Amino acid sequence: MKVHVDQELCQGHGRCYAVAPEVFDADEIGNGVERGDGTVAAEQESAARLAVANCPENAITIEEAS
Amino acid sequence: MTDTGERKLYGEVEEQGFNNEPTEAPVEDFATDFDHLDPVWAADPYPILDDLRERCPIAHTERYGGGWLPTRHEDVAAVAYDTDHFSSRMVVMGNHRPPFELAPQGVAPPISSDPPFHHDARRLLLPAFAPRAIERLEPFTREFCHELLSKLEGKSVIDAAVEYAQHVPVRVIAQMLGFPHEDADRFREFVKNVLEGVNAPIEERFGDIQALFGYLDEQVADHQANPRDDLTSFLLDAKMGDEPLNEDHVTGTMGLLLIAGIDTTWSAIGASIWHLAGHPEDRERLVADPGLLPTAMEELLRAFAPVTMARLVKDDMEWNGCPMKRDDWVLLSFPSANRDPEEFEQADQVVIDREVNRHAAFGLGIHRCIGSHLARMEVRVGLEVWLEHFPRFSLADPSAVTWSAGQVRGPRTIPVSIDS
Repeated sequence: MKVHVDQELCQGHGRCYAVAPEVFDADEIGNGVERGDGTVAAEQESAARLAVANCPENAITIEEAS
Repeated sequence: MTDTGERKLYGEVEEQGFNNEPTEAPVEDFATDFDHLDPVWAADPYPILDDLRERCPIAHTERYGGGWLPTRHEDVAAVAYDTDHFSSRMVVMGNHRPPFELAPQGVAPPISSDPPFHHDARRLLLPAFAPRAIERLEPFTREFCHELLSKLEGKSVIDAAVEYAQHVPVRVIAQMLGFPHEDADRFREFVKNVLEGVNAPIEERFGDIQALFGYLDEQVADHQANPRDDLTSFLLDAKMGDEPLNEDHVTGTMGLLLIAGIDTTWSAIGASIWHLAGHPEDRERLVADPGLLPTAMEELLRAFAPVTMARLVKDDMEWNGCPMKRDDWVLLSFPSANRDPEEFEQADQVVIDREVNRHAAFGLGIHRCIGSHLARMEVRVGLEVWLEHFPRFSLADPSAVTWSAGQVRGPRTIPVSIDS
């Protein structure tokens, strides 16, 4: 599973890196960015999904592993 | 700096935009005559908003020169995202609309700014309000909260708003702007006048706003003489493109940070303590499991979102069946959006461990509250320190709790009994 924060939609609410700090980080203006290439470790998947569900701007997409 | 060296804004009343006469009549029906200053609304707006969402989801009023109130989450979000049709030239709904020429900067950039000006005006402030910068303020905030509550130890009844909540954001924003801490009472007066004085006679309103800007001018002069490491000196040195910010931009932003940084967070801390004082089961859970606080805090922000914004309609149009006129107000009720059952299960209940919570307490779109990370830090620390000092408390007199009117709603007196 991979996640990606769309920087056009992100407004820097910071919910993703608060809910799933292992998966998302804040940049210098407070926008959310996925760590690394966005690949989510198995034990972080539920936190990542919760972060997605808490984004007020619906700015995060999930790519499921096929 | 302006060419003449004189303030463009709030000089002579008659030269400044458009003004309506104050209205004193009681509200007949909130669907056709809503008033955000109404005492019934201030005391408890949620039954009114729930009723409107069912019966008349976009309410109207002739007050304040005309305005609209969308109550569904979907409509609130649509207005927040639509900067083509709705301007932020003025975000406090009242009897005064500033001149059209003021757009896109507005009176208090960037909250009052429209694209494309808005982007750069906001961008230059964002790093100072990003989580990394805010983290550095946490120890100072925590120490200040302890200092406030240590003085109250031993009392049997405490006013959680007057003796605690109201002081926290005032001290923090004064520190950030580099304003004297001893001016705290003046800041609260400025806030009350700006946000609750929207139906005052226009001369009085302008006088209040001139007093605020006069104070900000004094702070600018002091910082020009003695530059230091704070947001005021930062704004005086800042550039957009290659140009320094104009005088109205600097003081407008200072005014924004002062006003928006105070009673919003004071309201959020106060409403949270008020809820916990009246709901022992939630209070006991939080005391037993402090790790729940970040989740609980989001739910309290959803349920008691302090801030309602306003927009002005750019041109005559029909919007969702409503005949909107140029310069009609639109109240952007995030509190109502946050209570929409279409968006939230058990929308009218405080579910202290609600995990999925896409609330809009800090707005949506390009005007997301720039101080949201600061506010969350202050609310979290404010509640943690309160619960450390006073794990057991209850409302001393529920009928003595009072709430602010207008677009920022929160408790202004909360007498609580400290239980042993």
